[in-house]
Amino acid sequence: MAVTEIPSGPSVLDRLSKPKPVAVLVLLMWLPLMAYVMFGQAIGGEARAVLLPAIPATLMLYVLGIRAFRESRVAVIGLTLVFFWLLMAVSAPYLPLMDPNKPIAPFTTPFTERNDLFFWLGTDFKGRDMLSRMIWGCQRVLVWGVTATMVAYVVGAMFGLISGYLAGWWDEIISFVANVLLSFPVMVLFIVILNYLGPSGFNIVVAVTFASAPAIMRIVRGLALDIKTRDYVYAAQTRGEHPLYIMIFELLPNVRGPIIVDACLRLGYTTVAITTLTFLGLGLQPPDPDWGLMIRESAKTAMLWKFSYMLLVPALAVSSLILGFNLMADGLREMSLRD
Amino acid sequence: MSDHAADQVPVLECRNLCISYYTRAGEIPAVVDFNLKLMPGEAHGIVGESGCGKSTVALAIMQYMGKNGAIVGGEILFEGRDMRQMSEEELRRIRGSRIAMVYQEPMASLNPSMTIGDQLAEVPIYHDGLSEREALARAEEMLAKVRLPDPKRILASYPHQISGGQQQRVVIAMALLSNPKLLLLDEPTTALDVTVEAGIVELINEIAEEFGTSMIYISHNLGLILETCDRLTVMYSGEAVEVGDIHDVFDEMRHPYTRGLFGSIPLPGADKNAHPLAAIPGQLPLPHERPEGCNFGPRCTFFRDGLCNVGRLPMHAVPGDDDHKVRCERFQEIDWDRDLPKGEAKPPVEAGDTVLSVENMTKHYLIEDGGLFVGGSERVVKANEKLSFTAREAETVAIVGESGCGKSTFAKVLMGLEDATDGKVMLGTVELGDLPVERRNAETISKLQMVFQNPFDTLNPSHSVGSQIARVIRKFGVASKDEEVEEIVFRLLDTVKLPRDFAKRKPRQLSGGQKQRVGIARAFAGNPKVVIADEPVSALDVSVQAAVTELLMDIQRENRTTMLFISHDLSVVRYLADRVVVMYLGRIMEQGTTEEIFAPPYHPYTEALLAAVPIADTRIEKRHIVLKGEIPSPTNPPRGCPFSTRCPYMMPGTCDAELPPLRSFGEGHRILCHLDPAELAAMEPVIKPKVEAAE
Repeated sequence: MAVTEIPSGPSVLDRLSKPKPVAVLVLLMWLPLMAYVMFGQAIGGEARAVLLPAIPATLMLYVLGIRAFRESRVAVIGLTLVFFWLLMAVSAPYLPLMDPNKPIAPFTTPFTERNDLFFWLGTDFKGRDMLSRMIWGCQRVLVWGVTATMVAYVVGAMFGLISGYLAGWWDEIISFVANVLLSFPVMVLFIVILNYLGPSGFNIVVAVTFASAPAIMRIVRGLALDIKTRDYVYAAQTRGEHPLYIMIFELLPNVRGPIIVDACLRLGYTTVAITTLTFLGLGLQPPDPDWGLMIRESAKTAMLWKFSYMLLVPALAVSSLILGFNLMADGLREMSLRD
Repeated sequence: MSDHAADQVPVLECRNLCISYYTRAGEIPAVVDFNLKLMPGEAHGIVGESGCGKSTVALAIMQYMGKNGAIVGGEILFEGRDMRQMSEEELRRIRGSRIAMVYQEPMASLNPSMTIGDQLAEVPIYHDGLSEREALARAEEMLAKVRLPDPKRILASYPHQISGGQQQRVVIAMALLSNPKLLLLDEPTTALDVTVEAGIVELINEIAEEFGTSMIYISHNLGLILETCDRLTVMYSGEAVEVGDIHDVFDEMRHPYTRGLFGSIPLPGADKNAHPLAAIPGQLPLPHERPEGCNFGPRCTFFRDGLCNVGRLPMHAVPGDDDHKVRCERFQEIDWDRDLPKGEAKPPVEAGDTVLSVENMTKHYLIEDGGLFVGGSERVVKANEKLSFTAREAETVAIVGESGCGKSTFAKVLMGLEDATDGKVMLGTVELGDLPVERRNAETISKLQMVFQNPFDTLNPSHSVGSQIARVIRKFGVASKDEEVEEIVFRLLDTVKLPRDFAKRKPRQLSGGQKQRVGIARAFAGNPKVVIADEPVSALDVSVQAAVTELLMDIQRENRTTMLFISHDLSVVRYLADRVVVMYLGRIMEQGTTEEIFAPPYHPYTEALLAAVPIADTRIEKRHIVLKGEIPSPTNPPRGCPFSTRCPYMMPGTCDAELPPLRSFGEGHRILCHLDPAELAAMEPVIKPKVEAAE
């Protein structure tokens, strides 16, 4: 072992304060997509321009992801599925697709030509192109699903840390509220909240947070209870650190691992929940394409075997995305167990 | 006699055994060319540091390698038959009945959801086809044989209802139930307290005599091996480096690594000033980075290029003793009496003024047994009762005691995580007893720092080493500018003898000893006056222990820091402490200078502790005192003297009724005991040099 080497180059503290390229790429991909989906109308005509930086960022992230996950085949498949939909989401406005909301030729079955146009996946009962609707539809599910999960995580992790680390009365109160929320069937909770607040994307975030945060809080609380007995936490306490510092800098980074795996699984649940809510008419509203909406609108027509594709296309799309999230979670867990 | 021995078939023989693990990185040879011959009734010790392959050998003997391990060469003969040729069915019959194993963690070897009776009865039911009634009867008999009190009650209890020492006895009883030919013991006492350990070691020796079972005893503790085994294999980095009769190896070791090991453990006679420990330089190589030739080469002072780093080294027999073999090319050229590893002698340090004084410090916890509704009963746990002692500048005060003695609670009060219930704790002129850490100012906090026990827990795995030290420097206001902080971080790394680029590393890239060094650097970052070291080396390997201990002493010497050294290991304490405080169940039983503690008069508990610590020195004779019973729970301490339930000198009516008086023997040496001072003074020394009968 070389003991005498003294490093040159940038100082240790400099390196620590530099942001990681992956984080930058994630932001480059995510912020434009979120802006486009949530505030597209406000931005106006050339809204699609905001998505321009997101396309290369997504591709680069995919490559980085594959390189990081190459040890686990499962994770690579999951990552591919998820990134396929992410790429569709950021590039939908640039793809040579028909207008997803324009009625062209009703009840065209897949792989047929009508009005000099070839419909790969057919059209729905109003005559809108299914392929175009399917691709555009992933935007809202992804954006609202991921946003809702993230908010739920922030809230859940915060309460979990407080409850686990501070314990005592904090724990009693937070755990009690969490237990009450968990005792509601999830769907009932969703319906109650959305009926009360009215259907909209932001209210879906609220509803998902209420439904998921208690479970997340419990996971984080359990991890925090374990980690707070470690000597490094004890060391931080004995040098007089504020509890907030200990929670954020000593505990949080170490609950990260199990939480990331859980987050991938929960993304899947949230996607299901959002699709279901839209299907029930409580989520995102027509006419913009959305998978849940597509299922809802075509449910009756698709009773006829001939038109079942109207249901199958969005259903398979949802399933592939959820499968992607779940496989990613599996792969991550597999890799974390290996080391 | 020797003819007879030659006729016997060895119980177990390993010939040129090679074991590999298969990982993502490819094949990793865990054990290479391992030979062992175990005769009936013999006890063979395997000693080595973590990662040397000693547990792998045990698992291979059980033919229980898991799916990523495999025996890639050699043979294992059990009673003359190669186990590698046996069918699964045959192996299943042998395991647990002819070969039994006892693991380190007793709680992990017992099924928590079954009563002990049911678990024990399974063995004879399965292997001998006994009925349940007969099996239970046999289990009860066996529990009595392993000296468990009240076997009937234990049969009916679940594992969590009995103590750790009792659990380990149950596991040993289970192993013995089918009357095995071979018993494998893998660090069977490492998880136990020393006085409990002494009981288990005595039991193991009795078993060897009574049942004639052959044993393989795996341990990192040379002293334990000396007390239990006839022969010994020293392993280093996957290879046996020295094999022989235990006395031959202990008295005439012929491998530099073996001698390095002995040089790094504090034997009686070692002294931090005159005869400091000599650590083995360097580190254990990783299994896939072993050097060519001798694995110990890079750390060996006798290394010779072209001889030690060529090819695979064979075992050589030591001339005049065929049984004693050693894997060293140069062992005949080395002058084994002269070139002893020696640390540099240092002048003793004069202690200064009193820095820390503790006066009648008491800490009680209230435990409410209530449920949802108020009105449950309250119990008081007396974690610390009236502790009084002082520590002077540059002095090392050792606090000795087993689990439950209240030393951790005391550390918590000192660090300000708990308030003292009563009494005073003065650091200089600041009263700390009722000053929680949030109300202490940065100066007070930085004066009092701590080195923790577990190297794998002491650093936050998410942050780099440098940033963790830097945080302390900023927090204590030593420096605030980036360049200055970085400079201090580097200087601290230099002090603890780590390369500077470790600052960028994450803790997982460091070995246990290196982490502990970082822990020390962190504790000394704020120029503390008092450092509490809570068993700072007990989780480290022997050769690393010495280096870390020496480092700690050096920094202390340089900064004139007061050190409170919390430990259960009396040999380390004897080596480095100036004064010793012996605690039992929250009370100080005895305190005095190190010489006073280690010589009569003793407190009966100190006497038992001294007798319990195994010493790896054949020239020492030690009295055997095995305490009965277990350490009582601090929630329900005995009346009168806390030690009265286990004390061999117990006087009924006195000791179990009243608190003993504090008897003073000379300046500062105080013993809390009912025994007459004359009786205490008449005690025989526990440890004394053996009188050589032959000379």
